[in-house]
Amino acid sequence: MNLDLPSILAQTASLLLMAPLLSGLIKNWKAKLQNRRGPRIWQPYFDVAKFLRKDMVISEHASWIFSATPYVVFLTALSAGLMVPMITARAPMSLFGGALALVGLLALGRFFLALGGLDPASAFGGMGSSREMTLSAIAEPAMMLAIFTVAIAAGSTNLSQIVLASQGPHWKFLDPSHALAFAAMFIVLLAETGRIPVDNPATHLELTMIHEAMLLEYSGRYLALIEWGASIKQLVLISLLANIFFPVGLAAEATPVAFGLGLLFFAAKLVVLAGAVVLVETTNAKLRLFRVPDLLSAAFILATLALVSTFLF
Amino acid sequence: MDNLPAALLNLSLTGYVVGAVAGLLFLRAEKLANVFTFACASLASLCGVVSSVMALVTGAAAANQSVQLLPSLIPYIQFTIRVDPLSAFFLLIVSLLGFALSTYSLGYAKGFFGRKNVGLLGAFFNALLLATVLTFVADNIWLFLIAWELMALTAYCLVSFDHEEPETRKAGVLYFIMSHIDAGCVILGFLLLFQASGDYSFASLHDIGAQMSSGKRDAAFLLFLIGFGIKAGIVPLHIWLPVAHPVAPSNVSALMSGVIIKTGIYGLTRVLFDFLGTPPLWWGVTVLTVGTISAVLGVLYALMEHDLKRLLAYHSIENIGIILMGLGAALMFLNTGHTVLAALALIAGLYHTINHASFKGLLFLGAGAVLHATHTRNMEEMGGLIKRMPQTAFFFLIGAVAISALPPLNGFVSEWLTYQALLQGFGTTDSLMRLIFPLSGAMLALTGALAAACFVKAFGITFLAQPRSKHAEQAHEVSASMRFGMGVLTAACVVLGLFPTQFVQLLDPLTQQLTGQQISAQLSLANGLVLTSLTEKSGTVSTLGISLMFVCLLPIPFGLWLVFARNSKTRRGPTWDCGQRGLTPQMEYTATGFSKPIRMIFKALFRPRRDVQREYEFSPYFATTIRFESHVEEVFERRIYQPLQILILRVSRQIRALQAGSIHAYLLYIFVTLLLLLLVFAR
Repeated sequence: MNLDLPSILAQTASLLLMAPLLSGLIKNWKAKLQNRRGPRIWQPYFDVAKFLRKDMVISEHASWIFSATPYVVFLTALSAGLMVPMITARAPMSLFGGALALVGLLALGRFFLALGGLDPASAFGGMGSSREMTLSAIAEPAMMLAIFTVAIAAGSTNLSQIVLASQGPHWKFLDPSHALAFAAMFIVLLAETGRIPVDNPATHLELTMIHEAMLLEYSGRYLALIEWGASIKQLVLISLLANIFFPVGLAAEATPVAFGLGLLFFAAKLVVLAGAVVLVETTNAKLRLFRVPDLLSAAFILATLALVSTFLF
Repeated sequence: MDNLPAALLNLSLTGYVVGAVAGLLFLRAEKLANVFTFACASLASLCGVVSSVMALVTGAAAANQSVQLLPSLIPYIQFTIRVDPLSAFFLLIVSLLGFALSTYSLGYAKGFFGRKNVGLLGAFFNALLLATVLTFVADNIWLFLIAWELMALTAYCLVSFDHEEPETRKAGVLYFIMSHIDAGCVILGFLLLFQASGDYSFASLHDIGAQMSSGKRDAAFLLFLIGFGIKAGIVPLHIWLPVAHPVAPSNVSALMSGVIIKTGIYGLTRVLFDFLGTPPLWWGVTVLTVGTISAVLGVLYALMEHDLKRLLAYHSIENIGIILMGLGAALMFLNTGHTVLAALALIAGLYHTINHASFKGLLFLGAGAVLHATHTRNMEEMGGLIKRMPQTAFFFLIGAVAISALPPLNGFVSEWLTYQALLQGFGTTDSLMRLIFPLSGAMLALTGALAAACFVKAFGITFLAQPRSKHAEQAHEVSASMRFGMGVLTAACVVLGLFPTQFVQLLDPLTQQLTGQQISAQLSLANGLVLTSLTEKSGTVSTLGISLMFVCLLPIPFGLWLVFARNSKTRRGPTWDCGQRGLTPQMEYTATGFSKPIRMIFKALFRPRRDVQREYEFSPYFATTIRFESHVEEVFERRIYQPLQILILRVSRQIRALQAGSIHAYLLYIFVTLLLLLLVFAR
């Protein structure tokens, strides 16, 4: 086994650098669609830099779990990102884990984030943890079933293999099973990244918060790390969707031209998917907490249909 | 030294016997009893660990011989044991856990000094370990059944150890009844097998299913599934488990949840893979379905608990379900002739068996330590223990991460293998039946995610935030021997998680024995760093690699601190309290509150009922006292067992008329029976 060090470094760097940009893009476009000017798309970088410089206040009730959580959230998102194909079909760390490891790593991050929410003894944090763990539990089967559908078609759970298998003449987006699995995954993406029908990333009301409620006690550089980790997770999930379901334009050979082209295609796919997220966010209202399971079970049914339709077509 | 494993096993058995006898001898000297019994048990189990590992490493041939343990005085009843790879594997589980538990008990049993008889506890503890080991290595139906019964009885005595509590006595009786229903089913099943073989030795039963009519074979399958299923705690035969496990002393709870329920898994594996021959498709489908249902329902009920030990007991049901998913898939693959895949699924199931033993043992020991320190099992009265019991908290956290199937620990590895087996199962058949694989995979995902939610609750409410009671406030770290016991199992969780490819090599003789395939070489890649699902293309994972990735990426945040945060300061402050005057523990989120969304979402299953009584003087908004009660309906107790109980009582009342107490009537019954038997059989 030989590790491809340059590609690891390149992918790590692009994960770190592109994630805030994607968040900024979504925020900016959302504002535009709502007839607001909105923050610049570079704003998340400034935010991270600002948070990094600030002093920290840590709750006197908190234990070391509270301090360990930002690292775990950040590192799990980053390691999961190294398993997802971005510009080329071959993800640098794809040998160390595929779709199942990715789901597991994100779950590890969430596990600690939920503990971090409970640690400072605040009721809001507990509320956030409780809701986050509940909703993710309901989203998980839909996500897994959608992944299984593509994994079975490709004969592998390895994301690089899945992409390679669906590339070129085998690409069958119009295949009903793929389309249905994509729809299911998209709903799961909204839930996992805390987007509007499920959670509101811009809310300031603690009682409606899910993800933000767990972070209420975080400040300074820990907050920066968690926010950055969350945006990396969003990038990872969106690029997962982009490259599994639209495996076009991935760099096939290691030349600068191919990489440039691959980067261009990748950016285009991200922009399209981010646009879809923005559209959903602006045209929908946040669902009441106990209506969200309906949405997620719809995703589960879509994924089941995707699986069943592999029989029919 | 050809017979070293056998000699060590004998030593280990002797150790348990000595420990049990010593416990009875030192009934009056509790300190002596404590040291002697548990030291014997730990040495004996250490011998067992070495013996079983050697048996697995040296492979099938060397150890695979029948040994007469005691001279048999009665014809047919042979006390022979044989350590084949399957037995060796389960021997490893019981010995590993036995070692950790015995060292833990050295400190734990001190809590009973002056209150309970420690000699008795130690004696039964050793006897239970002895019976369990004998169950795993018995090579004869008689010895197996004797050991099985001995195990049930000693476990009953240990469950009822705190017999002053009415709750404990009730639990003990329920356990007693259920374990005898299971013994009855197992005996009937073995009778069916004996009918075909005419011999009691296990060797003669190998593949006996081929000589049985399909009706008898199916009957035997169902009897064993029910019999061993009760022991394993599958839904809906599980009702005794969440009642009996929590009331026992915590070291015994760990033993019961970690190992005793695995005797059911051992029995099923032995019977289904060794005795009954190539299975029909519906066996596999049944086992897989039962496993899936047990997994999902087990974790859902666990979420509703705020009794720490009951919560863990429900998780045992969940994990037995996951194990059965692997075994069921393996049966289905054997039916279609995919022996390599069957080996993979079997490895998944058995890997999860040893994983569950290690992390569930660990969690029960952690719960025992918490119970020892706070004198309560109610999570709503805990909190803040991470500061008072830091090491216990760390061990419990490792167990919680492992059981939630999160990388890079062992629960993740075995569930990963289960997913892979299920996914590859999709291609083995063209029938609609193949949909069962991904669907149960999806249910496994649901189970894993709910387990994570449950352990966020269990760890978060128990160990984090502010203490919710005086007891929790005054808690203290437990003794060194208890921490050592937990440490052993923590190490097991980490090692089994990080080195899966090395561990599956141990399982080669086992899969060779049961499926005729050795696949550890195919499962390993890059010098054992990467675990594959048979080929590199079909999927790879490396838990060690993931951990190394964490280590390599860690400099990034530290680099950021150096660049940006060099001048930033950290200070401690109060948690934001919305301008109130300080947070009190009453304002914290509770365990019941934490699982409320789940209770609401699955209300069709739980049928939650709540009862609020308010007393107020002027307005209902300013209540002087509030009483709140919330219940979850125990569906199986109410819908299945209660009607059954009523029926049985009614029938027995009718039958009572026969038992009039008159000796003349009894003589008449005997005469009529004799006559009938003569008419039927004496031709």
